[in-house]
This record gives sequence, structure tokens and C-alpha cells, in this order.
Amino acid sequence: MSKRRIVVVGNGMVGHHFVESLVKAGGENAITVLGEEPRPAYDRVHLSDVFAGRAPADLALATRETYRNWDVEASFGDPVVKIERASKRVVTETGRVFEYDKLVLATGSYPFVPPVSGADNERCLTYRTIDDLGEIKAKASGSRVGVVVGGGLLGLECGNALRNLGLETHVVEFAPGLMGVQLDDGGSAMLRRKIEALGVQVHTGKNTKKISAGKVSALQMEFADGSHLDTDMIVFSAGIRPRDNLARDAELAVGERGGIVIDYKCKTTDTDIYAIGECALFGGRIYGLVAPGYRMAEAVAAQLGGKDAQFVGADMSTKLKLLGVDVGSIGDAHGRTEGSMSFVFSDGRQDCYKRIVTSADGKQLLGAVLVGDCDDYDTLLQYHLNDIELPADPQSLIVPHLGDRPLLGVGALPATATICSCHNVTKGDVVSALDAGCCSLGDVKGATSASTGCGGCAAMLKNLVEDELAARGVTVDKSICEHFHYTRQELYHLARIGEIKSFDALLAEHGSGRGCDICKPTIASIMASLWNEHVLDRGIVGLQDTNDAFMANMQKDGTYSVVPRVAGGEITAEKLITLGEVAKKYNLYTKITGGQRVDLFGARLNELPEIWEELVQAGFETGHAYGKALRTVKSCVGSTWCRYGVQDSVSMAIRIENRYKGLRAPHKLKSAVSGCTRECAEAQSKDFGVIATENGWNLYLCGNGGMRPRHADLFATDLDDETLIRYIDRFLMFYIRTADRLQRTSVWMDSLEGGIDYLREVVINDSLGICAELEAQMAHVIGRYECEWRVTLADPEKLKRFRHFVNSDEPDSGVVFVNEREQIRPARAEERLRLVPVDKKAG
Amino acid sequence: MTAVEKHAWEMICQRSDLVDGSGVCALLGNKQVALFYLPGEEPPLYALGNRDPIGKANVLSRGIIGDINGELVVASPLYKQHFSLRTGVCLEQEEVSVEVYDVRLEGDSVLIGRR
Ligand code: SRM
Ligand SMILES: Cc1cc2nc3c(=O)[nH]c(=O)nc-3n(C[C@H](O)[C@H](O)[C@H](O)COP(=O)(O)OP(=O)(O)OC[C@H]3O[C@@H](n4cnc5c(N)ncnc54)[C@H](O)[C@@H]3O)c2cc1C
Ligand code: SF4
Ligand code: FES
Repeated sequence: MSKRRIVVVGNGMVGHHFVESLVKAGGENAITVLGEEPRPAYDRVHLSDVFAGRAPADLALATRETYRNWDVEASFGDPVVKIERASKRVVTETGRVFEYDKLVLATGSYPFVPPVSGADNERCLTYRTIDDLGEIKAKASGSRVGVVVGGGLLGLECGNALRNLGLETHVVEFAPGLMGVQLDDGGSAMLRRKIEALGVQVHTGKNTKKISAGKVSALQMEFADGSHLDTDMIVFSAGIRPRDNLARDAELAVGERGGIVIDYKCKTTDTDIYAIGECALFGGRIYGLVAPGYRMAEAVAAQLGGKDAQFVGADMSTKLKLLGVDVGSIGDAHGRTEGSMSFVFSDGRQDCYKRIVTSADGKQLLGAVLVGDCDDYDTLLQYHLNDIELPADPQSLIVPHLGDRPLLGVGALPATATICSCHNVTKGDVVSALDAGCCSLGDVKGATSASTGCGGCAAMLKNLVEDELAARGVTVDKSICEHFHYTRQELYHLARIGEIKSFDALLAEHGSGRGCDICKPTIASIMASLWNEHVLDRGIVGLQDTNDAFMANMQKDGTYSVVPRVAGGEITAEKLITLGEVAKKYNLYTKITGGQRVDLFGARLNELPEIWEELVQAGFETGHAYGKALRTVKSCVGSTWCRYGVQDSVSMAIRIENRYKGLRAPHKLKSAVSGCTRECAEAQSKDFGVIATENGWNLYLCGNGGMRPRHADLFATDLDDETLIRYIDRFLMFYIRTADRLQRTSVWMDSLEGGIDYLREVVINDSLGICAELEAQMAHVIGRYECEWRVTLADPEKLKRFRHFVNSDEPDSGVVFVNEREQIRPARAEERLRLVPVDKKAG
Repeated sequence: MTAVEKHAWEMICQRSDLVDGSGVCALLGNKQVALFYLPGEEPPLYALGNRDPIGKANVLSRGIIGDINGELVVASPLYKQHFSLRTGVCLEQEEVSVEVYDVRLEGDSVLIGRR
């Protein structure tokens, strides 16, 4: 019996997926693939990754070898030019002829270039293939300015590419807003603001009339409104058009605005010819995304295998990161459905915009737009796809912190809910995979392919797998990382009880592998709170985060900031002058911090020791701004000067700061002392805050500012100086012993059963009988305090690492400053381009 | 058929310039190279481009070394992405990678080869 001959025209993403599905389904087929591009199918969706450093070869979905192994005849670089339906043959450009029993057209689409005079200039390009990419790179290397025509999804992605190539980037859009297909006006306006804030210039409502040779730049664009724009290159990204010419010439039905008409079986008007992917028109619509194309491919492969499969349309919801901005669009984003209702939320700082569209009765989610914050995307999409009934108050889905937010847990989803739309994996599929023996996220990914496409479903898949595992009684791992199957608290006890004094010893005894950037600094901090050895001691240095390792805070450009301690915020004129002189000498940016001290920014690695030498000479000590350690103890001026003050808050603040300086903890520690109830030092927003009373001090514990501000709780009242200090000693040591990694005191307290009352039991009534031990340990750590910078300056071995290059005295050429308000600041990317001479050899 | 690999080895610094269990940066022509010295590993020496392509600053030599599923990595000190010491590929964003250099110890000299 002779095999059925199946010819596939086009070897793009969908054409390849079809062949793969067909081969996997088995059956007696002789498959031939005819591709126009010179290489086998590749991942077009991730084309832009090449601009971020990925090799084009890594995008390959198949190699010639793949097809050979599958026994598929494949030819590249020779497009089909004709279909002869009567004799069931196709003819290629070089005249080769292939006969078919079934023909599958997967010819995709091409970028639309508007008919503008001058658009055929060699500096006008399009963006769809690997070859296009090479062209864009080549042209960009001699250019300063680049324009993308088209503010849709692809246009913005292309804009990002130009920006990555270092060009001053403009996006020109004909419509009044960006991404008009997916976003409503509000979302589009927010996206524009965010993109402009990144330095990409957006021009909307611009109709390009003419492109001609420019005077300042290679090209000049003229717009219908009379304005113009100078640029060195233009990339057109103004929409796609289906490649339907083969079908058109063969007199198959095509849509008015293009596209090969198909039915729900993906058949064209000739029952032996199918069309799939972006060249196909289904229900009057072109699906310009890869997932629907894959569904079509699978439907045809199944039919050819004798099954009754259909394509029933596909959801066009998308979630993307465009130029680093999260954008999500679900269903009817514009609220065009008859009688629909909309709820809009945009936050005060105009950082994010969210809109949901519901049915007239408010029960179903018809669509949504999210810009700037896509955290709700997965939940909203599930409501939409599965017709889950909305809560009585639908806006609670998008408004943050409106009381109890009705979270749609993965548990609530029906088994038919799609988790991964790229690979069409449902919740049921994931559950079956777990039933069949998968026992981790990785296993499930391997078994179902979920989350191996665009990656948009990663968070939801992880939740689902964890949820299901927990439901099966599998204990969910709380280890800090893969090297230690313990929590921070457990590690602390292991080290303390076993008197283990180094990372290597702890690893050998209780861990595996070599450690990582999670466990190393955590254990360095535990070692410091237990034994307090110098942060740059041999064996410790490699454990520290860069900030601890160089005893300064790394800034975005790789330079560091210098923050000397100014205990209690009290500083002499002499010392202030020193700070000023040092800043002037090393040309550092100077700023008063929110912690009552001075921060000096822009120090190069090699300058740090010189700068600290001068500061230490003048009597300064390190401020530990880099460590998970005590930061500042703010003070108000108190009874010494203030007419309301009832105690000397400055003296107490200085005493506290000097007592606990250098103390390493699970997270940073902040404190403040106010001289009366007016509370000018904001002590109630600190990990431990002290407020003066007529009779002594009130102690407040476990407050913080930051991301989740929390007021401290009143812990004890009218304490004398010594009791105050004793309570703080015990409190801090108990926190250090028992808190989790990067857990601030407030979160830690909430995790203790009994909360502040329990703390009172432990710290005041010594219910655990450990107070003496806590105090002794604190005394030990305090006794070993040394200014880390002073010690380092005296040790040539420790200073060794403070050079940018070990083999040259040249400075890091990546550090470039410009002036602003009479001080330095790091140059922005576009400023660097203007400042740094371009290396002519590159590109 | 395999091509014979040819390297122009160049001395870049001394063993004493290296820091055990951690990184330093050296200049090679106009390129910045991060050198990581891990006594006890085989091989003990690794060299990557020093520029963090995500944080966009020359800082990789100042990251913490570790392993993830057995793969030796450096964590960028800026935003903590991990780069493989063997392949230069970023584990969190596989499309991003940094340059990898051949490097070895010859007595007390550190030799580097351009690929
Ligand atoms: C310099 C300073 C801002 C300023 O210009 O004023 C600052 C700068 C930084 N803060 Fe802060 N914070 C500064 C006061 C604050 C304050 C206000 C205060 O202390 O009175 C807060 C809120 C109060 C609080 O912490 O409870 C604050 C809340 C944070 C947070 C959020 C903490 C939280 O629990 O939510 C972070 C992130 C973190 O630590 O993980 C942070 C982290 C940072 C880092 C370390 C971010 C980083 O990794 O680069 C910045 C280091 C800058 C540097 O190189 O020195 N900074 N930061 C302030 C330094 C104070 C000082 O003298 O040490
Ligand atoms: C930069 C970029 C980013 C994208 N991002 C996303 C995204 O994030 N999400 C998403 O879902 N989609 C995205 N897309 C769209 C996605 O790539 C397409 O939906 C998908 O590639 C369509 O697959 P296809 O096989 O139908 O067409 P194509 O991949 O275009 O393949 C068609 C192939 O057929 C060949 N061909 C055409 N005519 C002939 C002929 N006569 N003879 C032989 N061969 C022929 C073409 O050369 C081409 O290789 C993106 C596209 C681009 C360009
Ligand atoms: S608020 Fe944010 S940006 Fe400002 S100093 Fe603190 S961490 Fe940096
Ligand atoms: S939705 Fe794209 S990988 Fe799952």
C-alpha cells in the first residue's frame, strides 16, 4: 500500500508544530516540508531575545537532522510558487514539482509596509525573520536614532530592541494610542507614560506622508500634520498581512482583507487543502498569536490520523512585558459587549491601571486590561475562561487592600481550566501527571510541557503543583535553599549547639553541594551574631553579599556609597567639615539620608580604602548601611534644648546606637528615641523605639516603615535606663535566635504564637528561663565590636580586593558621571552613548 | 571530524592576585574579565566577562559563588541573577549570557586564552 503524500508549505512555527504532531501521532504518511526561509523552523516569538544576547541558533525548533530522523523530506530556501489543484501538485521557484494527496498551507504572514513615498529606502526595514534581525543590527551599528512605525505589540517589542542596541528610540503610531487592539484608552495612556519614562519617545496620531534623505540624519520623516522627525533608520511594524497569494492564485476563497478562508476543520474551499496559522482566516478573523495556530495544527494532524477534531476559535488574551512594563489584556478589553459594565482602578502615583469588564448582571468577567501590574492576570483569566461567577463586588478583584480580597485559589478551578495556553495544558492534565507519579514542579513541566512556552503561566503552575502536593500530604519544603534542608532558625541552633564556627564546617556537617548566594550570607550573619568575627576574615569573605564584602552599598553603576556612623544624628561642626572635604576631594555626591546621617555616593572600589582612611583618621566609624545590622538610632533634640522635653533623648539614642552598632541580625534593625510624647523622632515606626515619660522611658517594639509600614506596639512603660537596656538586649537576642532569614521584627512577632504578650512573657518574666543566656551572649558580641573599616585598613591582605583590576590601575570605563544640580550622578544609557566614543571596530 | 583547538595563551595575573572562593577582575586588552578561584573544584579557575548584561555594570567578579543543581554559578551582586561559570548562560533568563574565557594556572601565573 503506498503511503499518503502530505505536503506542507511553510516551515514556520505552526508548520513545524503540525509536522511534529503528525509524526507523533504515527500513521502511514510520506511527509514533505517546503520552506522559503534558508533554515528550519525557529521560535519567532522569542526573536527579540537575540538583541539581549541569545544566539540565533538557540531559537531553532528543529534541525535538518530532526526531520531526517522523522523520515520527513524537508527542503529550505526554495519557496512554492504555484498550486496546481487539478493535478494535485505544487511547483517551487526552482521548478521542482511535488505531488500531494493532502496539502497543508502554513505560509504565515508578512509585515505590512504602508504605501509611503520613500519607504523603499535601504534604511527602511521590517522585523519578522532571523534575516531581518541581522539587517536591523547591521544598520543600527552606524546609527544614532531609530524609529519604529507602529505602536502595537510588535512595534513596541521592536522599540525595545532598538533601545537595547543603544539607539535614541522613537515610536510613531497612526492611531491616537498605543496597542489599540489590546488596550482601552486608559491602559494605553498609562503604557505611554511608562514607556516615555524609559526614554522612548512616543508620537501618536502621526500619519507618515513621506520619507526622504535628511540633513542632520540619514532620513527625514514628514507627517500629514506638517511636523517631521529626523532619524537614521526606520523599522516598519504596522501590522501583518496573511500570505495568501498561493491560495488566491489557485482560486481558493480568501477574505476581503486577506486570509485563506477555513472552516472548523481548517479546510479551505478545496477539501484536500488545509490552511493553518497566521495565513488562515477563521470566522472572519486572523489569529496573530502562536497558540491558536498550534491548536489548528493539532486539529489537522488529528483529522489526518482519523480522529474527529475541530478548531473552535481561541482565546486572544495576552500577558507581556513590553520594555519592562507589564501589560495584560483579556477578552473584551474595550467593553464593547452590549450592556457590559466596567470597573476601573488606577493608583494614586499613576503606576498602574486596571479595568475589568463584566456582564450586565455583574456575574461574568468579559474582559480586562492591566498595565503596570499584572499580578491579577492569572486570576482574572481563570474567571474569564471558566465562566466562574464573580464575587458580589467585582471591583474588589482589582482594588488593592480593600479588606478581604476574594482570592481565587487554584483549588477553586475546575479540572477543565486551562493553566498553560501555549501548550494547552489544563488543571486536569496537571493533576493526572501528579497522579501518574510526578512529584515536583520540574517533573510536571517535563511530563506536560506546561510553562515551557512563553512562561506566562509559571506562577499559576507553581501554585497549582504546590497546592496539589500539599493536598496529597507531601510536606512542602521550607528549606532556605537546595544546600541546607533547614530553616534559618534551625541552622542557628545547629551552629550554636554544635559550636560550629565556619560555613564550610556547617556545610560538611549539615548540608550538601557548595552553597549559594542565599545560604552563604545567611550563615555569615548567623556566625557574626554568634561569634562576631570580622566580615573579611579568610573563609568568610566569599560568603558575603557584595555590600558586606566591600563594606559599602553597591549602586546601579557598580560604584559604592559611603555612610559613616553619626550616632543619634549628633555631629560636630569639625566632623561635618571633614565629610564635606572628603566629598569634595573624591567628587562624591552628597545627600542627607532619611536616617539622620550623610551618604556619600559614587566612590569607585579602589577609592573606598583611601576615603575610609581619611574618615577613620577624623574619628568616624562605619555606619553598617551595608549590613543586615543595626542602622541608625534617630533622636530628637530632647530635654537639653527643647522646651517640652522630659528626658535627654539624644544621650539615650547615642548610648543605644553605640551599644548595638555592628550587631548582625536576620534583617536590618532601626531604632529611635523621642524626648516626649510629641514623638519627633518617629520612634513608633522602628523595630525598637523609645519615648520619654516624666518617670523614665516607654519601650515600643516591632514597628517599621518601608514596604508594609506597621506601628510598634507598646511593650513596657516608665522603665529606668538600665531596665530599658536589659529588655532591649533580651529582645534583640531572642529575635536573632529565632527569626527567619530577612524577616523583620514585625513579621517575626506576628509569627510568634501569642505575639506581644508572649514576648512580654519571655523578655520580662523570663518564661523560657533563657534571659541570663541572652544577656551574656549580647555582652559577648558587644565586647567583640571593632569598626570593620578600621580593622580592614590595617590589613593588607583584606585590602587586596579593593581594586577594580588586579592587573591594572585603570579605572572601570563603565563608570560614567554627568553633573546635575552641581553634583555628579551616573550617566543614563542614552547619555553614555553621547559621551563615550563608539568603538569603531565593534559591530 | 574535530578541529584542533589553538589558543593564544596570555599571562593575565598572579595566583596571589586571586581570592579563594571568590572573584577578582582583570583587564585583558580592553575587555574586563572576572576570574573566580575555587580551590578544590576541578578545574579550580573560571573566567567570565565582568559585565552584568542585566544590571548593565561591570560587577560580576564581585558576586557570590555557589552551585545550583550542581552547576557552578556566580550570583550578580546587583539583581542576583545566576550565571553559569562553565557556559556563561544566565539561569533565570537563558537567552542572556556572558562571555566565557579559557583560563588555567601555570605555576604561579594565571594564563588566559581567547576563544
Ligand atoms: C540612603 C537611604 C535613603 C536616603 O537617601 O535617605 C536609604 C537607602 C537604601 N535603602 Fe532604605 N534608605 C534609607 C532610609 C530608609 C528608611 C527611613 C529610616 O530609616 O528612617 C526606611 C523606612 C524605615 C524602615 O526601614 O522601617 C527605609 C526602608 C528600606 C527598605 C524597606 C524595608 C522594609 O522592611 O520594608 C529597604 C529594602 C530592604 O532592606 O530589604 C531599603 C533599602 C535601601 C538600600 C539598601 C537599597 C539597596 O540595596 O541599594 C538603599 C541603600 C543606599 C545606599 O547605598 O546607602 N530601605 N530606608 C536612607 C539611609 C538611612 C541611613 O542613614 O542609613
Ligand atoms: C518579533 C515577533 C514577536 C512575536 N511575539 C509573539 C508573542 O509574544 N506571542 C505570540 O503568540 N505570538 C507572537 N508573535 C507571532 C508569532 O510569531 C506568529 O503567530 C507565528 O509565528 C505564526 O506562525 P506561522 O507558522 O503561521 O507563520 P510563520 O512563523 O511566519 O511561518 C510561515 C513560514 O512560511 C514561509 N513561507 C511563506 N510563503 C511560503 C511559500 N510560498 N513557500 C514556502 N514557504 C513559505 C515563511 O517564509 C515562513 O517561514 C510574534 C512575532 C514576531 C515577528
Ligand atoms: S526608597 Fe527606594 S529608591 Fe529611595 S533610597 Fe530607599 S530603596 Fe532606594
Ligand atoms: S502559557 Fe505560555 S508557557 Fe504556559
